[in-house]
Amino acid sequence: MQSVLSLSFSQASLPLANRTLCSSNAAPSTPRNLRFCGLRREAFCFSPSKQLTSCRFHIQSRRIEVSAAASSSAGNGAPSKSFDYDLIIIGAGVGGHGAALHAVEKGLKTAIIEGDVVGGTCVNRGCVPSKALLAVSGRMRELQNEHHMKAFGLQVSAAGYDRQGVADHASNLATKIRNNLTNSMKALGVDILTGFGAVLGPQKVKYGDNIITGKDIIIATGSVPFVPKGIEVDGKTVITSDHALKLESVPDWIAIVGSGYIGLEFSDVYTALGSEVTFIEALDQLMPGFDPEISKLAQRVLINTRKIDYHTGVFASKITPAKDGKPVLIELIDAKTKEPKDTLEVDAALIATGRAPFTNGLGLENINVTTQRGFIPVDERMRVIDGNGKLVPHLYCIGDANGKLMLAHAASAQGISVVEQVTGRDHVLNHLSIPAACFTHPEISMVGLTEPQAREKAEKEGFKVSIAKTSFKANTKALAENEGEGLAKMIYRPDNGEILGVHIFGLHAADLIHEASNAIALGTRIQDIKLAVHAHPTLSEVVDELFKAAKVDSPASVTAQSVKVTV
Amino acid sequence: MSRLLQTPFLPSVSLPTKTRSSVTGFRVKPRIIPIQAKIREIFMPALSSTMTEGKIVSWVKSEGDKLNKGESVVVVESDKADMDVETFYDGYLAAIMVEEGGVAPVGSAIALLAETEDEIADAKAKASGGGGGGDSKAPPASPPTAAVEAPVSVEKKVAAAPVSIKAVAASAVHPASEGGKRIVASPYAKKLAKELKVELAGLVGSGPMGRIVAKDVEAVAAGGGVQAAVAVKEVVAAPGVELGSVVPFTTMQGAVSRNMVESLGVPTFRVGYTISTDALDALYKKIKSKGVTMTALLAKATALALAKHPVVNSSCRDGNSFVYNSSINVAVAVAIDGGLITPVLQNADKVDIYSLSRKWKELVDKARAKQLQPQEYNTGTFTLSNLGMFGVDRFDAILPPGTGAIMAVGASQPSVVATKDGRIGMKNQMQVNVTADHRVIYGADLAQFLQTLASIIEDPKDLTF
Repeated sequence: MQSVLSLSFSQASLPLANRTLCSSNAAPSTPRNLRFCGLRREAFCFSPSKQLTSCRFHIQSRRIEVSAAASSSAGNGAPSKSFDYDLIIIGAGVGGHGAALHAVEKGLKTAIIEGDVVGGTCVNRGCVPSKALLAVSGRMRELQNEHHMKAFGLQVSAAGYDRQGVADHASNLATKIRNNLTNSMKALGVDILTGFGAVLGPQKVKYGDNIITGKDIIIATGSVPFVPKGIEVDGKTVITSDHALKLESVPDWIAIVGSGYIGLEFSDVYTALGSEVTFIEALDQLMPGFDPEISKLAQRVLINTRKIDYHTGVFASKITPAKDGKPVLIELIDAKTKEPKDTLEVDAALIATGRAPFTNGLGLENINVTTQRGFIPVDERMRVIDGNGKLVPHLYCIGDANGKLMLAHAASAQGISVVEQVTGRDHVLNHLSIPAACFTHPEISMVGLTEPQAREKAEKEGFKVSIAKTSFKANTKALAENEGEGLAKMIYRPDNGEILGVHIFGLHAADLIHEASNAIALGTRIQDIKLAVHAHPTLSEVVDELFKAAKVDSPASVTAQSVKVTV
Repeated sequence: MSRLLQTPFLPSVSLPTKTRSSVTGFRVKPRIIPIQAKIREIFMPALSSTMTEGKIVSWVKSEGDKLNKGESVVVVESDKADMDVETFYDGYLAAIMVEEGGVAPVGSAIALLAETEDEIADAKAKASGGGGGGDSKAPPASPPTAAVEAPVSVEKKVAAAPVSIKAVAASAVHPASEGGKRIVASPYAKKLAKELKVELAGLVGSGPMGRIVAKDVEAVAAGGGVQAAVAVKEVVAAPGVELGSVVPFTTMQGAVSRNMVESLGVPTFRVGYTISTDALDALYKKIKSKGVTMTALLAKATALALAKHPVVNSSCRDGNSFVYNSSINVAVAVAIDGGLITPVLQNADKVDIYSLSRKWKELVDKARAKQLQPQEYNTGTFTLSNLGMFGVDRFDAILPPGTGAIMAVGASQPSVVATKDGRIGMKNQMQVNVTADHRVIYGADLAQFLQTLASIIEDPKDLTF
């Protein structure tokens, strides 16, 4: 009488059109940077990403290397004959720091100029303190989840928190990492010069009242939170990530403008600490920067089950801070028609609409460079391009200031790439191999192209695209942790086994992505890497499964170990 | 995903099997009796153990398409993932009953499958003719069980809600709500309202600036507890009861019953104290003409004592933690026609005695007129119950769920007492008896609280500031 239905998991991806806005703007040479666009084209989301760990790695590993190298090259190189320095870096953020360490290793006499605090956004107002807050929120969330605890057989009495204690953890961590960063540069003999740096002319830089010359100059001045016009930031009830990381209050109800990395991570923190959150997103879908399938699943887990609601397809045209007993007022207009749609009154608003480059006062007019919406134009080797489309000799720009890929570790990688070039080895950084992560609970990570981007590329270039997927539900370690929620997805070419993109949503996704990003960076093919062995039981087996699930037509290389580097 | 099902590490996740068994469950129930032999219904499958409804993401096939066994027909979004749903039979997709984007409860028909092309028309007629017996408003074609069960459970949840909502509809106080035109509710309140099927329109919030917060929605969904009694219309008149008849509970009685039974889950204990009231009586006489009532005096005294013993003003809801309530809201039990209600004197420790007395009068009038708003009867943090006016000299009270303590106040009566100087004297004395939640409030806490209360009442100069 009645049909019986069987099911299979949907293999076919759903055609979602939300990505068009991003991809239509994408410059072909840097398809990746738009993945991080927030509300507006110029408003890039920074990623509070892996810097905590990567900073530490730098420090430790470099120290060892250098102690060996230093004995021969006498620390911070010898000054060139006609210049004060071989390399001057303006901005001591993670990008400048990465460049400085590599420069010393290469024997360059290096100076780094910092007008604020060493460490830049990442260490002081970004990745690092936010990771401290997220470490707290993850634990709170776990302790509050009675069902989760019961499933372990654990009994926990009500979890509570002390706001100041949480805030202190974040600021202490920032201080510690900042000191580590400073010490690592001091130990190598990098000259840390204090003052705002500006370019006076070719190979000439001013900081404070001092003028120094350098054979090569790197601009690494980073970015600041982008605040759209109409929004009044008072630092108390209408705040940016700079203020939010100090956690001076935990409002009952906070609106977060922008559902990119910054917004998502803060929603994780605030909801774990008891706030209710309203997202305001200009695009039609939340989490616009992510692979559609991942963002759909992430929305189910990170948004729908939490005390969060959202308005999509709207701009916050006006935000007034709370005063005289009135709440924060947010006027919403339709993103397309610009017609008023709604008014919200909330206890606080966090502006997470991305980051704007910090390039004012750099003296760019002295060398005829015009910024584009604040970003300094560069070529694929980070060489600065002037107003006539010509390269400015000996001048480079890395990190958020060039806007290619606004991630701390991307800045560092770009800095290292520049140092490679100025020391005689041509190097072009493959931005498609740079991973990104969002440290919600569970985490989201990705490298390479999203599925729609890959399909677009495939159509243009005439190759086939396949998708492999695995679930955390089948992973022993994830299940042991009672964290079976999650998905890993790989986009690849079945003809030659090239990995085009990998997206992971699940427990420790941010730590799992590197196998894929390294494979992309080194040009390792799936047919080779699938033969590599993973310890059991580990979360890494999720990625192993992914490689093994792929169906590639080409046979494995004769010896997988001798795969040629094709970057 | 298919790959994952072959892994040796796969523990117990075998969704297809699980789902099939649950689908079989539907097949077993011979519910749709009068269907013609060759038209089958395609049901919303249960794709996970927690799934109660599913959303149609897209129809892979359209009406009139031929289906082969094993082919995907529709993509369904559950609470966990999107999944393709396949047919187990060959046939034609005759009629789609739930369109893309639509939501249907698990087990309800979402489409009809005809065996031959000729039957497509029949199936279409059947689908348009009210489907599986669901009415037009319900999700299309709910099967009989769902259609019957759903409204019942909803009714249970919001039993008292519609009435109480109406009672407060006119007085939305949120400054930005434009006289109730706009609903200002926190994200979680909105989510809960959807889940508990509570209508937010007209609900008055107790949050900052009148915002509707989660607990307002919960209060409505729970029928407002004892207090919702105020909104209930059916009132049983005491005289003229028919002896020997079985009388079903009114909504209010049901609510009281639930609350009373719920109170059994709280380990309570009682501590009594005898307090001299001569000074209080004298004060009362002095300021009675200014409209001060004894209830307000007692509430004020209690609030001042609570201010010094915040633990007695705390409440434990989940058994894991307790809240030191930020304000001292003294609820006072009042008998009204056919029940009782506990109007709340908010911030009784801060409001002066004259305002408090006026407020009390206003609350009592409102209670009689059944016009109390939720925050006026469900925000109490400590309850007073006074039966002294009937000459009761002592009694004990049941602790209202969600609060930490309740004080039963007996009559103040002249008693013969031994005075400090060794003589026998006459004093007005009243007995109070506090019932408290021993999970959070201990004997010593109550003892100290009562000692403070006694000293305030015996030297009541602070009551008038």
